[in-house]
Amino acid sequence: MVMAEPSSDGRFGEFGGRFVPESLVAACEELEAAFRTAWSDPVFVAEFHRVLKDYGGRPSPVTEAAQLSKKLGLRLLLKREDLNHTGSHKINNVVGQALLAARMGKTKLVAETGAGQHGVATATAAAMMGMECKVYMGAVDVERQALNVFRMQLLGAEVVPVESGSRTLKDAVNEAMRHWVAVVEDTHYCLGSVMGPHPYPWMVREFHRVIGDEAREQCAALLDGGVPDVVTACVGGGSNAAGLFSGFADSDAELVGVEPAGGAAVTRGVPGVVHGMLSYLMQDEDGQVLEAQSISAGLDYPGVGPEHAHLAKTGRATYETVTDAEVIDAFGLLSRTEGIIPALESAHALAWVVRDERLRGKTVLLNLSGRGDKDVNQMMDILK
Amino acid sequence: MSRSLEAALRTKRAAGQKLLVPYLTGGFDGWADCVRAAVANGADAIEIGVPFSDPVMDGPVIQEASWKALDRGATPQSVLDEAADLDVEVPLAVMTYYNLAFRAGHQRFAAGLIRAGITGCILPDLPYIESAPWRLAAVAEGVEPVQLAAPTTPDHRLTELCAASRGFVYSVGLMGVTGGRAALAESAKVTAARCMAVTDTPVLVGVGISTPDRAAEVVQASDGVVVGTSMVAKMMAEGPEGVGELVAEYRAAIDTSSVN
Repeated sequence: MVMAEPSSDGRFGEFGGRFVPESLVAACEELEAAFRTAWSDPVFVAEFHRVLKDYGGRPSPVTEAAQLSKKLGLRLLLKREDLNHTGSHKINNVVGQALLAARMGKTKLVAETGAGQHGVATATAAAMMGMECKVYMGAVDVERQALNVFRMQLLGAEVVPVESGSRTLKDAVNEAMRHWVAVVEDTHYCLGSVMGPHPYPWMVREFHRVIGDEAREQCAALLDGGVPDVVTACVGGGSNAAGLFSGFADSDAELVGVEPAGGAAVTRGVPGVVHGMLSYLMQDEDGQVLEAQSISAGLDYPGVGPEHAHLAKTGRATYETVTDAEVIDAFGLLSRTEGIIPALESAHALAWVVRDERLRGKTVLLNLSGRGDKDVNQMMDILK
Repeated sequence: MSRSLEAALRTKRAAGQKLLVPYLTGGFDGWADCVRAAVANGADAIEIGVPFSDPVMDGPVIQEASWKALDRGATPQSVLDEAADLDVEVPLAVMTYYNLAFRAGHQRFAAGLIRAGITGCILPDLPYIESAPWRLAAVAEGVEPVQLAAPTTPDHRLTELCAASRGFVYSVGLMGVTGGRAALAESAKVTAARCMAVTDTPVLVGVGISTPDRAAEVVQASDGVVVGTSMVAKMMAEGPEGVGELVAEYRAAIDTSSVN
């Protein structure tokens, strides 16, 4: 079955696993057991969905992008994750993990963040649950996402700039893992994407499954019980795509992930092991991990979630790349034609839809994973 | 020529000696002379760090040395080539991260170590539960795959991984990354004692052993110590002479301790 539970050793096909220092293996096992129990407990699942509804604002609507559809000669549906509390899909995962952490008796959350969206979401969930929160963020990202840094601080979180390595998301993950080893007893590592050691890729996808499940129903209502021809989302680590794809994996819909050209792990990477997982990875011939280069801090990651590697290898999903320039155009286009300012991450998926002639005449569901408020400063500098 | 790490350590242990294994970052400017100085001052084996872009088990000091080595162009092959020319009388091990072995291919990576005269290999982000394919390939080439035991390792896995470990058992001193701490963690002696109870393979404690006094304390419950961060800090600040002096201090501390 496509997008089912991974094997007992945490594999999706040949990818995944639990490549962490021995010190963290027990914590991963504990987390897996706790998640398994919670996720099959109707009380936990009901509480998760209650919080997403009453606090997060779910369900998020599907919007017909009428103007842009006409312009592009296709039917474009937008899954509006940008309308969630905190402005992106990230809230689904952090609510799930914060509830789980509390159930496990943990009192603190630690997280990494790239664009700051996951950091803001984690800080939000921590505030809501009365937990302490520490967020590791690459120093480069601290610089280009100052607004989100301040947001996290407003929410009571401590933001720790990471000065090692490329000073972006991958280094923030390293630093969060280093911290977690030392505090694992009372701290839950709230990983922000479908990556890392088992059970994270599976657990995070399950917490985001709500995106795909809702969209499947919403599309059925709009399409006479049918599914879109194409279902697409941007892919960095791949969490919003995994959530959306999981609702359509058993359908005839074509699944397309869109990577930044400068961080295209699926398209340009080869199998490798970093951050606890075996997956596609941008690396040199010796196995040193390369620095990703993207306009979008949230996609600036040289790896990808192992389930995406598996979906690509088996052909169930395909992966495209777009350039920064195409993303900038798409960002402006959606703003002008639909009155929706997208996150730069989400604008990647849109950039592919705008570019690919093959899509004309088709129905396309696109995950608008986040809103662009956080990117407005950066875009002001670029467009002026 | 490769000298078996485990055989050498067992021989010294049988002679009543506590074991001292300094860690030095390969590829750092002047590292080979630091290794020679460490050996001349009583190291029983040397652990050579092969720099990796994402050293998730390492604290700030070893990270810095790794970055400096990578910045001056160190690659896995250049470090192995320099190791092959060390010409020291003690066995050598590498400590690096799994992706370098995975990318090269297990067999090719292991064969490269043997060619460089290195027999031990420590991969801290490859836990025992994921290690079977690597161990199989390593042993076939004559490489001794050292396994790490942590304070949180449950008893059943501790027994299994100690049995599977070759060279020595690396008993992780505390829950955290490499680097000095204010005091020796209680977990260092507890974890070492748990390993010693289930294996005859030499048990060395590493991570958090930052002074000769702490090394002397921890060898009461183990066969020896791996000393990383303080050696690397010395290498960066003072070079071979400083490293030699520091090794001599550790040597004296654990020798005195084992006589008591």
